[in-house]
Amino acid sequence: MSRISLRALAIGYVAVLVAAPAGAILWRALSSGLGPAWAALTSPLALHALGLTLLAVAIAVPVNAAFGLVIAILISRHPSWLTRALGAVVDLPLAFSPVVVGLVILLAYGQSGLVGSWLVQHGIQLVFAWPGIVIACAFVSLPYVAREVLPVLEEVGVDQEEAAATLGASGWSIFWRVTLPSVRVGLAYGVSLTTARVLGEIGAVTVVSGDIVGHTQPMTLLIQDQYQNFQHVAAYAGAVLLALLCLVVFAGLSLVRRGAHAR
Amino acid sequence: MSGVVVEGISKRFGSRGVLDRVSLEVPKGKLFVLLGPSGGGKSTLLRVIAGLERPDAGSIRIDGIDVTQVPARSRDIGFCFQHYAPFRHLSVFENVAFGLRLRRLPSEKIKRQVGELLDLVRLDGEAGSFPSQLSGGQLQRMALARALAVRPRVLLLDEPFGALDATVRKELRAWLRNLHERVGITTILVTHDQDEALEVADRLAVMDQGRLAQEGTPAEIYDHPANEFVFRFLGPATRFRGAWVRPHDLELRLQAGPGSVEAAVVRVIDLGFEIRVELSRADEPSFWVQLARSALPGLGLREGQVVWVSSMAATPEPVTRPQDRRAAVVS
Repeated sequence: MSRISLRALAIGYVAVLVAAPAGAILWRALSSGLGPAWAALTSPLALHALGLTLLAVAIAVPVNAAFGLVIAILISRHPSWLTRALGAVVDLPLAFSPVVVGLVILLAYGQSGLVGSWLVQHGIQLVFAWPGIVIACAFVSLPYVAREVLPVLEEVGVDQEEAAATLGASGWSIFWRVTLPSVRVGLAYGVSLTTARVLGEIGAVTVVSGDIVGHTQPMTLLIQDQYQNFQHVAAYAGAVLLALLCLVVFAGLSLVRRGAHAR
Repeated sequence: MSGVVVEGISKRFGSRGVLDRVSLEVPKGKLFVLLGPSGGGKSTLLRVIAGLERPDAGSIRIDGIDVTQVPARSRDIGFCFQHYAPFRHLSVFENVAFGLRLRRLPSEKIKRQVGELLDLVRLDGEAGSFPSQLSGGQLQRMALARALAVRPRVLLLDEPFGALDATVRKELRAWLRNLHERVGITTILVTHDQDEALEVADRLAVMDQGRLAQEGTPAEIYDHPANEFVFRFLGPATRFRGAWVRPHDLELRLQAGPGSVEAAVVRVIDLGFEIRVELSRADEPSFWVQLARSALPGLGLREGQVVWVSSMAATPEPVTRPQDRRAAVVS
């Protein structure tokens, strides 16, 4: 009895919070049929925005996966005040509102910023250009891999790594043959969350991209624009596309999990 | 000198001293046991020998080569961890093949060698299983095969049977002793179980609070313990007339005899294979006597009954005598 009511509660909560709005968006996107939605998604503007979003994913996700992994290994395997401080800094993006993150990036790397003015003198423009978008996305999605991998590393412990060392493995082989395989599910989680975060990023990007139509407008900003200009079908179609991309990522994650649990 | 030579090893963790100038020699091909209570430093010493822990002072030599500065991976050792440390993402076959793959052996050779090892540890039917599907005893044997695969100079076993239930550990103990006879590899085994130590060891060292308390053959140490700690740690002990004795060395009679003293029965505990009789004397702390089961009916003991106790031990005097033998205690 209590299990049934608990289940109903959980399902009801998810239904109200997620399923209903998601269903509404899907229904609105397809309200005039597939044709207009498809046309909106394949317009040059939309394709450019999608390209920009995927570029951000393609750069920010692998970079954050690598750094997150390194940071988690440092914190769990070489604890010191330095690595603890590193751990705290990694969490900062969670504490900041994304808009504030955008402002911080603008202050540091904008034309009047310390680093930014030097870069501009040397012909490199970060903000109001695609590199700024990538930096903003990387910043806000930094914690996820480290935070997912760290508890797994701590639970697995150093036994297997030490066993590999006594069998003759170098640090590098221990990483590839033991450490990485034992955290792969945590890493896959972290990568999925990072990807989802980058796909949906809007706050920091609004500030640093300049929102120049057709140039520095990723999917999220295009959707916002279309919505405000009453192009509702296009806006909803874009939102559904982003949601589908996320679903693909999480489907990939469950494949990794199934592969791991088969053992 | 072949085998393992440990010289003056000290190790501190922060402010806590774990090993204090420990020196010992493990003869080549022998099974050497490090025995002591938890926290006595024996596991740390094993990890120092393996190169998993860096000593603050002292040196380690394996087969005559000073390996103190050599990393674990180049020491030619096999290490079995207390909780086996199986590679959970690899099959039993791949676990055992791990060290061979690192050495880039041809796959035919790996297949043959791993097959032989799995036969040796009686896991030939489990090659394709994963560690999560094995029992504790099977995991232990897999870990042993994995360590043996790289043909180490020394095999180091950290509480190998600590996490197994009583029947399995007795069985594995005998099997390990047998395996050692066949493989003949210099082995150092850490345990806190004195029965295990006495059963499997060629030689053993008793460790207490980071120091070596005594080193010798099981018989030497059992018959001539260097001090009270060793005596009490090696088997059941009780205090009789101011001295530590083995409870099975005490004789209990219903009448007074030469050298016997009067005591009152406090409790009779039936342990099945033995009978434990708790006794008290007016002027001494209570003590106990261990009786064979067959002795009980003839005595017909009741609580409160007065009996006579004498010691049959060869050396009934206090064992806390001056350190006359080579009790390698460094102080």
